[in-house]
Amino acid sequence: MSNPQQLSYSKEHEWLSAAEDGVSTVGITAHAADALGDVVFVQLPEVGAQVTADDTCGELESTKSVSDLYSPVTGEVTETNEDVVNDPSLVNSAPFEGGWLFKVRVAGEPEGLMSADEYAAFTAGN
Amino acid sequence: MTSTPTHADGGAPQGEPRRTALDAVHRALGATMTDFAGWDMPLRYGSERDEHHAVRDRAGLFDLSHMGEITVSGPQAAELLDYALVGNLAAVRPGRARYTMICDERGGILDDLIVYRLADDAYMVVANAANAQVVLDALVERQAGFDAAVRDDREAYALLAVQGPEAAGVLKSVTDADLDGLRYYAGLPGTVAGREALIARTGYTGEDGFELFVAPADAVAVWEALTAAGEGAGLVPCGLSCRDTLRLEAGMPLYGHELSRDTTPFDAGLGRTVKFEKTSNEGRFVGREALEAAAERAATAPPRKLVGLVAEGRRVPRAGYPVVAATGGADGDATGGATDARVVGEVTSGAPSPTLGKPVAMAYVDAAYAEPGTAGVAVDIRGSHEPYEVVALPFYQRAK
Repeated sequence: MSNPQQLSYSKEHEWLSAAEDGVSTVGITAHAADALGDVVFVQLPEVGAQVTADDTCGELESTKSVSDLYSPVTGEVTETNEDVVNDPSLVNSAPFEGGWLFKVRVAGEPEGLMSADEYAAFTAGN
Repeated sequence: MTSTPTHADGGAPQGEPRRTALDAVHRALGATMTDFAGWDMPLRYGSERDEHHAVRDRAGLFDLSHMGEITVSGPQAAELLDYALVGNLAAVRPGRARYTMICDERGGILDDLIVYRLADDAYMVVANAANAQVVLDALVERQAGFDAAVRDDREAYALLAVQGPEAAGVLKSVTDADLDGLRYYAGLPGTVAGREALIARTGYTGEDGFELFVAPADAVAVWEALTAAGEGAGLVPCGLSCRDTLRLEAGMPLYGHELSRDTTPFDAGLGRTVKFEKTSNEGRFVGREALEAAAERAATAPPRKLVGLVAEGRRVPRAGYPVVAATGGADGDATGGATDARVVGEVTSGAPSPTLGKPVAMAYVDAAYAEPGTAGVAVDIRGSHEPYEVVALPFYQRAK
């Protein structure tokens, strides 16, 4: 699956949308969802919580593994995707769309993220 | 994300992983491959949950060529196996199979096995991939004094399994064997898609199904014939991921999880596989004395018992997680803080159960907490005590 050009990507396989009114959306990439297999449980940060770039802020469980969720950016969580909490399979079926995880009011400029092409190259070796 | 695989890979691989005769087929199907006991095996082809449901509802096709076949033959083949294994293999009629174990002198399990009696003087022992060399070495060592030969046949077979309620119908259309006359835990020689096969009604899924031992050179032809025959029945290729959730729901143990050298068959609730009454070799067999003591202990004062756990929540227990119980009395609440609970056991296998729609686990727990319905039992899932219900195994049993 191709990585949308308008998103930024972290080495921990999260994606971040460009901020609109200071708020960005976070999810995990199709590459990550494929590697996990069927996601069965998603634990997201609370609305209002502060998240810090490169720190864990939740977890995803699949049939075979449990994975920490890292925030690609620092800021305050403004919204979480209750649809994905109720139906974690959205992470597999629509990782860049209906499977988004949370929205964050970004504090400062995101750092150390990759473009879609850079991320494609980054994952090509994995 | 940092992923922590929670499924044992079945043993430490060395060097390049081995590939089965069906390797090119798996790659063409786009399988996600995994290293399992030194073999490069399909983990899943698409969604492991869909593969699981296919086996429960229709049919699934597996490559199990990593399993280790060992042939024991000769006039005293039965006596050798009665001495080397815990079961009464002399009592197995040709054409039938037994689930059994091989133990060390201390009664510890070296492996669990399916043994097929091919003829009066020939058996095929099927070991787990990770233990095949251990089993082979043990059989060779125990062979001394018996007029029987032990042969490593790991390279002689590919193993395919077709499992699920539609398995018999699918296989019937490509075999000359009388499947209606083939009972559970029986095996007979025949042909599948015109290729010679040992056709056995065995499996590790909790469903009706068949395991087909064929020459590696015939594996692709047999796989393709079954795939074509199963198209109308909804047969899909299935990987090891769903094999694990299928066997877990069926309450079947997995070596390295429920079974180990530190566990006797009695500790694992599988004492029925140990046959003290067998008559060959004057009843002598490897581990007998230790197993008699283990049987006594299991009957009078079992330290721990193997139980099922069903989640009330959605977080998934994994192998090695502690099972805890409230210390504040029978009506205590084990959820929440870690300070008022003590460890009473350990999860050996855990997964989200596709059939039940919630997480389940097998665990060894102190006998006092092993009764179904015991209150206040929880699993410590990375620091949080999630309530779990103690249930009898299996979690799933097919309608007969």
